[in-house]
Amino acid sequence: MSTVTLRDVKKAYGDTPVIHGVSMEIQTGEFIVVVGPSGCGKSTLLRMVAGLEEISDGEIHIAEKLVNNLEPRDRDIAMVFQNYALYPHMSVFDNMAYGLKLRKLPKDEIRAKVEEAADLLQLRPYLERRPRQLSGGQRQRVAMGRAIVREPSVFLFDEPLSNLDAKLRVQMRVEIRKLQRRLGTTSLYVTHDQVEAMTMADRLIVMNAGVAEQIGSPIDLYEHPETVFVAGFIGSPAMNLLDAAAFPGLSLPTDRGPLTVGIRPEHLVVADGGPIGATVDLVEPLGADTIVHAQLPTGDALLIRLPGNAKVTQGTTLSLAPKDEAAVHLFDKDTGRRI
Amino acid sequence: MVERRPYLTFLSHAFLVLGVAVVAFPIYVTVIAMTHGPQALLQVPIPLLPGDQLWNNLNEVLFVGRSTSGTPPTWLMMVNSLVMAIGITVGKIVISILSAFAIVYFRFPFRMLFFWMIFITLMLPVEVRILPTFEVVAGLNLLNSYTGLILPLIASATATFLFRQVFMTIPDELMEAARIDGASAMRFLVDVVVPMSRTNIAALFVILFIFGWNQYLWPLLVTTESDFYTVVMGIQRMLRVGESVPEWNIIMTTTFLAMIPPVVVVIAMQGLFVKGLIDAEK
Repeated sequence: MSTVTLRDVKKAYGDTPVIHGVSMEIQTGEFIVVVGPSGCGKSTLLRMVAGLEEISDGEIHIAEKLVNNLEPRDRDIAMVFQNYALYPHMSVFDNMAYGLKLRKLPKDEIRAKVEEAADLLQLRPYLERRPRQLSGGQRQRVAMGRAIVREPSVFLFDEPLSNLDAKLRVQMRVEIRKLQRRLGTTSLYVTHDQVEAMTMADRLIVMNAGVAEQIGSPIDLYEHPETVFVAGFIGSPAMNLLDAAAFPGLSLPTDRGPLTVGIRPEHLVVADGGPIGATVDLVEPLGADTIVHAQLPTGDALLIRLPGNAKVTQGTTLSLAPKDEAAVHLFDKDTGRRI
Repeated sequence: MVERRPYLTFLSHAFLVLGVAVVAFPIYVTVIAMTHGPQALLQVPIPLLPGDQLWNNLNEVLFVGRSTSGTPPTWLMMVNSLVMAIGITVGKIVISILSAFAIVYFRFPFRMLFFWMIFITLMLPVEVRILPTFEVVAGLNLLNSYTGLILPLIASATATFLFRQVFMTIPDELMEAARIDGASAMRFLVDVVVPMSRTNIAALFVILFIFGWNQYLWPLLVTTESDFYTVVMGIQRMLRVGESVPEWNIIMTTTFLAMIPPVVVVIAMQGLFVKGLIDAEK
């Protein structure tokens, strides 16, 4: 059963289109991450699902109900905002209880629900505090708690971790994912951080300039990027994307017009007599692995990720080969689509 | 400043003491005058030490009207002033919050036009538009009524503008969060916007209460029955007694009583003021 269905959803501000038609079915309990560079329309898409932005064209269904013209409160959703959007003058308890109070639930039921959520999020000792007396991570949990107590059919997350420091972000990432698994609530999560996207998602939507470039599982996107954009966006360090002319040693199809060849840095191995020769410019030993910045004879830069114990010196020429056949991705140079 | 020079310290303190004296002395004279009979205050020099007529004067002022000036007992004038001041204050605050809320949170046609129309009325205080306003109030049969005293003074561009600025500092996400939580616009106003602006409301309450309490010209125009006289205009009437001698002990006692409510409001609201300065919640 699908909880959220998007059918050719479009958004335009005046004459300027910002989302060019996104279609997708989200299954119950799925964790979907929308990822893309800033300005790609990912937040707008989320806000349209939330009901905070009008939908210019297309249909959004939540729990089998067309919601295009429904107010946010009637859509059975809960949202976690980037800067938490906690009511500063209310205690943690009141922040979490506010939505329930407006729904006119009985007092003891509200208390029970809020306390249950507080236990789940380890917020019990903080219920009487004001948001400003909490740390960033705790505020984030309160914002989560506010969403949880409503028991909606969909959680919406709008870059919820981007205001936290790096260490806390990793920790909260795991917490959110665990929590979502436990509650089994369908979630739509917007982020610009591809690591966050890869680690959390059941399925990813990669957006670029208002278009959903590819929808699929993280591994699927990593192994079979459909477009040059997805290929360059997913994976770190980024895939080497060069003209076919940069790799004269590789046997590439010649009947497909101009090609863009993509090889991930980690899919290059040092091999005697390998088809690719590159001069080492810079070596970055990271411990677990070594990132090598090299230059091809054509002058193009090439990134290589070698094991941590690799002995590479600057100025030498390496002979490299793709790890296997699947390591070489071919794209049509003009359309950017996979061949 | 880390400068430590004895003569500077002395000089600045001397100025401060002088300033306090300039402000406090007239009030001291008022208090002293309250305790003397009418004759004592007509002599030169006027007494600077307390007399024994305080209770007499208070009793006279509070509960007996003055036939020479035609003013009712001061307790009635105080009540009138209080009703007017609180009416103006509460009315102004409510109206300004509502209009600022509309201007900040709703997109309606000619929004900016309405904002500027309100803004322009900043240049038109009561004194400027007093004749047309009187005409309207008289036409509505509101002379000699609390409504007539209060209503024309309620609209306030200053307060609307102030609340607009305050509301614009409240992040939009709060409004969106409230919408998702299921709050209607008015719920959001009452549950989020007003509590978040409460220190500004308190500050405005003080200013507007004093503004309302000190109204002189308008009450003078719209009240002809002594039952609706306010205390500030009452004092003025007591001074203009024509042939007879002004009763300074009575005037000073009334003046002192008229000073009490604004002082009480300032002291009561001071706590919220300071609190607003200390805990920045936004």
